[in-house]
Formats: sequence, C-alpha cells, structure tokens
Amino acid sequence: MLDFIQQLVSGVALGCVYGLIALGVVLIYKTTEVVNFAQGDLMMLGGFFAYTFIGILGLNYWLGFALAVAAMALVGMLVERLLVRPILGFPQFAIVMATIGLGFFLRSIAGMIWGTDDLKIDTPFSNGVVKFGDLVLADDKLSVIVATLILCLVLYLFFNKTRLGTAMRGTSENMLAAYYMGIPVKRVVSLVWAISAMVAACAGVLLAPITFIHSNVGLALGLASFPAAVLGGFGSIPGAVVGGIIIGVLQTLAGFYMAEGWKSVFPYIILLGVLLLKPEGLFGALGRKKV
Amino acid sequence: MDTIASTTAERPAASASPSAAPILKVSNIESYYGPIMAIRGVSLEVPRGQIVTVLGANGAGKTTILKTISGVLDPLKGTIEFEGQPIQRLDADRIVRMGLSHVPEGREVFPFLSVRENLMMGAYTRRDRRAIPGDLERIYSYFPRLKERLEQPAGQLSGGEQQMLSLSRALMNRPKLLLLDEPSLGLSPLLVKEIFGIVKRVNAEEGVSILLVEQNARMALELAHYGYVIEVGRIVMADTCERLMASKDIQEFYLGAKDESARGERRWKRKKTWR
Ligand SMILES: Nc1ncnc2c1ncn2[C@@H]1O[C@H](COP(=O)(O)OP(=O)(O)OP(=O)(O)O)[C@@H](O)[C@H]1O
Ligand SMILES: [Mg+2]
Repeated sequence: MLDFIQQLVSGVALGCVYGLIALGVVLIYKTTEVVNFAQGDLMMLGGFFAYTFIGILGLNYWLGFALAVAAMALVGMLVERLLVRPILGFPQFAIVMATIGLGFFLRSIAGMIWGTDDLKIDTPFSNGVVKFGDLVLADDKLSVIVATLILCLVLYLFFNKTRLGTAMRGTSENMLAAYYMGIPVKRVVSLVWAISAMVAACAGVLLAPITFIHSNVGLALGLASFPAAVLGGFGSIPGAVVGGIIIGVLQTLAGFYMAEGWKSVFPYIILLGVLLLKPEGLFGALGRKKV
Repeated sequence: MDTIASTTAERPAASASPSAAPILKVSNIESYYGPIMAIRGVSLEVPRGQIVTVLGANGAGKTTILKTISGVLDPLKGTIEFEGQPIQRLDADRIVRMGLSHVPEGREVFPFLSVRENLMMGAYTRRDRRAIPGDLERIYSYFPRLKERLEQPAGQLSGGEQQMLSLSRALMNRPKLLLLDEPSLGLSPLLVKEIFGIVKRVNAEEGVSILLVEQNARMALELAHYGYVIEVGRIVMADTCERLMASKDIQEFYLGAKDESARGERRWKRKKTWR
C-alpha cells in the first residue's frame, strides 16, 4: 500500500510535467493552429538556463528560476517571430516539419553549449523528504505537484480575469474578429508563445532535481505529452493537465507493476486507445470553452 | 441621375457643409484576393456625421471595400484617408484605435466568450476605461435583451441577438466612423427595423458617421443620406438617396422587379447603359 501511494505520487509528479508541456502545446495550437513538437525541447532549454544561472553563476535558486523563465519567454517570442510567423499559412505538414526541425536544432545547440554530460543543480527540494508515518515522499516530486497547481491557478486567473488574457481567448476563438476589435493580434500570438515557453521552463526547472539536465531530456517527455494533450481533447487547458496526470500515473504504475519496457510504450498505447475509442478526448465537448 | 465612371471626384451633394472635409476619403483603391482583383479603382467619401450606403449584388465587392478600409485587407493601389490621415498601410488595430470600427458580415462574435466579455473586447483599445460602465449602460438601453444575457456565451445567442452584440461591441470602441456590413442579413423584418432604428439613433444622437453596406436596398436608401452603387468591383452610380430611389435602374434592379424571368435579360442590357 505504501509502495502504491509512493508510486502514485511519483506518477502524479511525472504527469504534471507532461501536463505542463501539453498545456503549452495546446495553448499554441488553439491560437495559431501550429502543433509545436519542440515544446519538450523548450522545457529542456529552460533547465539549462536554470543551470547556467544557478549552477554556473551561483545565483539564488529562486532568482535563477525567475531569470530562466524570463529568458525562455524571450526564446518563445523569438521562435514565433523567426520561425513560425514566416511559415504561417503554409501547409500543416511544412509547419510540423519546421517545429520538429526546431527540436533538433535546440538539442544540438544545447549539446554544443553545455556539453553532453548529465548536469545537476542544487534546489531547495533536492534530497529532502516529507514523512507521514511510514510514508516517505520526496520533496522534489511534491514541489512539482504544488507548483503545477499554483501555475494552473495563475493561468486560470490570467485568462479569465484580465483584459489581455480574455483577448488571448478571443483571438484563439476568432482571429478575424480579434482584428476587428483592434486587438494587436501579432503581439498576442507572440505573447502566447512566450507564455507557453515560460510554462515549459517552469517544468524544466522543477524537473531538474528529479532527472538530470541533459539535452535529450525533452525528447521523450515532449513526445509523451502529446498523448496527454489528445486525452484531454487537444484544445482544453484543464484537459491537458488532467490528461498529463492520468498518463503519468498509469505509466508509473505500469513501470512498477509490469514487465520492463511497458513503461515507455504506455503513453502511446493510451494515445491509440483514445484515438480509436474517444477521439474527441475526455474534455472534447466541454474543452473548447476554455483556452 | 448622375452617371459616373470609376471616379467620384465631386463631393456628395448632401454634404452638411460643402467646405467640411469628409471623415473618410477613399481614392482609387484596388484590392486583390491572390491574383483575383476584387475591387477596381473604387473611390468614395463619407461626409462627417452622415450615413452613406453602398449597394450592389452578391460578389460585387462591397465587403472587400469595407475590409480594405478597416485594414484587414491591404489595397495594392490607392489611398484611404481617415480624418485627413492616410491609413491604407496601417495595421487593423491601429485603425480601430483611431476610432474606425467595423461590424463585419456574419457578426463574427467570440462564440465562447460571454456577452459581457465580447462587449469588453469591443472596448479593448479604449484609454478612458472609467467611461466604460456608462457606455455599457447606454448599450443596454439600446438592446435590453443583451443585458439579460450578459453571462451567456455569445455562441448561444440567436442570430438577431448576435447581430445586436456585434453592433454593440463595435460601439464600445466609441467610433467616429462605423462600417456596417449587411446588418440585416438573415433577420426578421421586425428585427431589421429595430437594428436600423438604433443605427439611426447612433448617427443622430452620437454623431457617428456611418458607411453602410446593404442588400436590403429600400431600408438602406431610406436611412442613408448618400449612396453608391457598385457592380463587379466598380462604382457605377453615386447620388443622394432621394435621387437614387427615383432612378429607374435602381427601382428595377434593387427595389425589386416582380418579373424574375424577364429581369435577368433586361438587366443584362440595362447594365450596359451605366457604363
Ligand atoms: N477570401 C476570398 N478569396 C478569394 N476571392 C474572394 C474572397 N472573398 C471574396 N472574394 C471574391 O471577391 C469578389 C468580391 O467579394 P465581396 O465579398 O467583396 O462581395 P460582396 O459585395 O460583399 O458580396 P455579398 O453581397 O455576397 O456579401 C467576389 O467575386 C468574391 O468571389
Ligand atoms: Mg459581402
């Protein structure tokens, strides 16, 4: 039973990371209809930025975290401006290839700059544990879960209570109408990329104490977040997070209770299952109301 | 009846004062969809404080003119002056900010935003945020039905309510010039009357200048001061609405000839006389 709860918490933590990546994918897809296959690599880059600020420059963890997130906002806007905006309107295939190419590019750049060794940063959550009687839970995993909750709340308030957030929802629902309202659509799209990259960066920094920081860390996690997005209805932000958590939990339990190898294919089994049985996802009908 | 070619250099006769500069002056614009030229050298003016209408058959290019003015489409040639400033190269959001609002064909509400949020999006560029509650109240006085549905997603409104919302949303920008694209489309005669009544009040009480595109030529000519007729991307007539209504061509082709079968034939011949 204790094993099970521990695995469950690990699964939820992993699922939160999937969910945060999927959330960024969904956000970008809803506003621009671009499926960003490089979202996991943006997360990876966020981790390296944090390593640079905290591990190399020796800044305080929270300051380094904030700087990494800010830097990733810039990267997100740059990607939108230099790569996505010029090819908008091309066939979907070309755009997909471009974002896959971006992933390769980011991975090799990261490898060139930071090398291919596994890197680590000291965080307030490294190695700490919380004990509930016999149950021992790792701080790093709990921190992912708590941070995801906070991030979701902040995003919810931003999208529903602020003028800019509402304009982002409006732009994703009807871009032409957004132009008619005088909403600066290009800037809004650029900000959507910034927000997505910032969320990815948060995931990257939170993940740092759990896995190592490595240029390939975003590849598998990024890919596995697509089943999460699909499970959530590929259009719903709460759906993306819930989908991520479901997949993270099932995958972790499969890894613990089933034979070796099941763990890595599990997200894709779920993906196929969802596509075959319920292609609109768990939140499909309801999800379109949310960003 | 004036018959004009592709330019309308002379000032509309009904202009309030002949010396006042028009709020909108469109000169010789050409717009394309890819390789297809949709409007060819269109010129028109909207005098300050007046209602000007553009009539024309389906596909004539009316919507294209409005899109070109509001900056959603860029003209390849020609100039557009709004309050004396050239706007033909500006982004749409800059133009809205200057006080030119476009109520598009087919309403284009944000379907999953609430009615209130839709209205607030209309006020997106407003600097004087304090005045917004008062403007909302005025909108509710125009369309009490919207007030009852404030928290409902706009996509759940009826077509007529969506048209009210689309118009109200544009008014939340406190525009000086309003572009209206077929506000009567798909509405019951009663609702058309209601909407046109509000348009008239907006013009008379708030002094908003209006450029109105309509299929419902009778309503449009009764409401507007001045009218243009467009065919296949070109302006073929321009005159005051009284004189347009008296014109034989207009009566026959826009105010409804009864004999549909004969109409097509005669129409083809008559069209030639306009050129
Ligand atoms: N997005 C587009 N792509 C290509 N051609 C277009 C597009 N929109 C309009 N056109 C063409 O441009 C011409 C003018 O269209 P426009 O929409 O301005 O006509 P309209 O006068 O508004 O017609 P309606 O009364 O049906 O609304 C038409 O021949 C139309 O086929
Ligand atoms: Mg039209």
